[in-house]
Amino acid sequence: MARVVTPPRPRTLPSSPLKIISRLGSSIYEGFINIIDLVMHPIQNLVGVNRMAYIFVLPNLLIFGVFIMLPMILNFYYAFTGGTELFPQNRPFVGAQNFNTLFDCGNFLDPNTCREDVFWRAVFNTVIFVVAQVSFMVLISLVTAIALNRKIILRGFFRSVFFYPVLLSPVVVALVWKWLLQRDGLLNAIIVSLGGDRVPFLLDGDWARFLVILISVWAQMGFFTLILLAGLQAIPSELYEAAGMDGASGMQAFRSITLPLLMPTMTVVIVLALIRAVQAFDQVYAFTGGGPGTATTYMVQYVYSTGFSNLTKEYGLAAAASVLLAGALFVFTLIQLRASRSGNSGAY
Amino acid sequence: MSTILAFLTRTRGKKRLSFADFLTYLYLTLGTILMFGPIIWLVLSSFKTPTGLIRFPPTILPYRQETITVAGYDDPLELYSVTFDDGTVRQLAQVRRVGIEAQMIDPSAPDEIIRVNIDQREPIENVSFALENYTEGISRFNFGRYLWNSVVVTVLATILTLIVNSMAAFALSKYQFRGKNAIFFVTLSTLMVPLSVILIPVFLVITQIGWNNNLLGIIVPGAATPTGVFLLRQYMLTIPDELLDSARIDGASEWRIYLQIILPLARPALAVLAIFSIMWRWNDFLWPLIVLSRTEYFTLQVGLNSFQGELQVQWNLILAMTVLTLLPITAVFAFLQKYITTGIATTGMK
Repeated sequence: MARVVTPPRPRTLPSSPLKIISRLGSSIYEGFINIIDLVMHPIQNLVGVNRMAYIFVLPNLLIFGVFIMLPMILNFYYAFTGGTELFPQNRPFVGAQNFNTLFDCGNFLDPNTCREDVFWRAVFNTVIFVVAQVSFMVLISLVTAIALNRKIILRGFFRSVFFYPVLLSPVVVALVWKWLLQRDGLLNAIIVSLGGDRVPFLLDGDWARFLVILISVWAQMGFFTLILLAGLQAIPSELYEAAGMDGASGMQAFRSITLPLLMPTMTVVIVLALIRAVQAFDQVYAFTGGGPGTATTYMVQYVYSTGFSNLTKEYGLAAAASVLLAGALFVFTLIQLRASRSGNSGAY
Repeated sequence: MSTILAFLTRTRGKKRLSFADFLTYLYLTLGTILMFGPIIWLVLSSFKTPTGLIRFPPTILPYRQETITVAGYDDPLELYSVTFDDGTVRQLAQVRRVGIEAQMIDPSAPDEIIRVNIDQREPIENVSFALENYTEGISRFNFGRYLWNSVVVTVLATILTLIVNSMAAFALSKYQFRGKNAIFFVTLSTLMVPLSVILIPVFLVITQIGWNNNLLGIIVPGAATPTGVFLLRQYMLTIPDELLDSARIDGASEWRIYLQIILPLARPALAVLAIFSIMWRWNDFLWPLIVLSRTEYFTLQVGLNSFQGELQVQWNLILAMTVLTLLPITAVFAFLQKYITTGIATTGMK
């Protein structure tokens, strides 16, 4: 019986459209390299190998200088000038007048006695926000990181769930919660069904202050949880085994192994959270607009509205306020640098 | 029953579910509801009709009242199930409502008008997704324009960031030149200078260049990220110098080394930076808010914010547009979450 021999199929070269594209891409890239080489080789011969580094670093440095360094210097200049003109050459030098205006207070603990009462309200709001938000954030991130560090099923899923809100934009976060908290929203429906009265969440100053903290923790805790989780995983498991053999309880192991070894990471997390909390703006702005009244107006929003959205744009005053803000941030960053130098965690 | 319980409480090891495990799962489950619930509620609500949205207490799934077209009436009429005093139930279509009285007709006999008390009727509803929120929102909100602006900004800025940062990182990691340490220190020190502190002078610089109401005004300034330079430099330090030296002996120029050796080898770090950059740019709000004042240049975030600030808040459209805005970043997360989480855990930056 004759066997039917199937001839070997001819190999089709490039087998998939994806391969064609990647091959095309790499040949374009090669051509691109040749063109750059043609231009850059003579320059390299001219200046030498080591000085090419300046050319490599130049574009970054240029953008950096124009949009970050220069503004930093200009900001100081603005803080000492007055008037409503934007261009520095039209602005009269007024010395420390802007700072005097900001600090013109009868009693520093009572914003009503200050000339720039909104500024002082913003300062107090920011201080309360920062203290409450950072302590809440660090605590809940730590608890979540410890929970996620246990041997559990669906660990990857839970980790993603807690991290997901980190990716959402401040505007989206604000809208999601506004919708949930509005007068006829889901939360009020739950309250009513439990026999309560509707709560005007965003019309009440205290509620608004509390919710702004809650929502910023909701949106950012995944980030800090992740850093703390990395810190927890870096603790060698032998330590716990040894402690277990010595008869230490879970709580004892936590107090004398986990906490001390996690301390460097904790410090980094606290400082990063502080720096972020001091700068709180966009999410709050989209969520409450700083209101009701000035209940949730923070320092960055004071800078923004004084310099940009108020009818008379007082750039000098805004710049002076932002110099003060920068001073606060500078102190925090110094602490962070010191903390990350003494710590051995991966985060800076 | 006990076997089911044993199955549900089994763990990877031999031990049964302990109290601590139970607490852990309870906490994580509650956390999942809190973290994900608001998003799911947003998505479900975005499919509701305006009448469905203002209903209190709200329904979980989107419902829509059934309508019927009856000869003699131009608009489709809403269907109700009416319970009469004698206990009979009929399906009637409502013509109009006067106070507490509704004038209804039987669709099969449309000539006779039946008057009923509004308490007697119950709307006939079906689960139905109001896709018109999306279609109407897209046309009303100028979604296409904003989306285009956001995509342009995100893509161009990410490419620019990758090029500029990788070049600087290459120079800072593989060369010895004067001023190197100064440049590195200055780059790092600005990690602590947030945009919010230098709003006014940055606005001045952009105005001077003429980039107000220009997408370049938000693409270029943020491209020299200290984070990116630092991340890439740390990675490039691990590429052995011998590789570069042997390429030099073979006659490769410095640019060829950068393009043909460094960039391909640094691909994992570049991927992490690319993801970060996409995240930063897509969600960027403060900078575009200052630079852009004409609506045709708005990005999605700025557009969405101004849309929600309009006098008559149309929640059905806003919710649909919010869902569309968070879709791309969710897709990025779903596909690349390993890179994102390891990237953040190792650099401590977002």
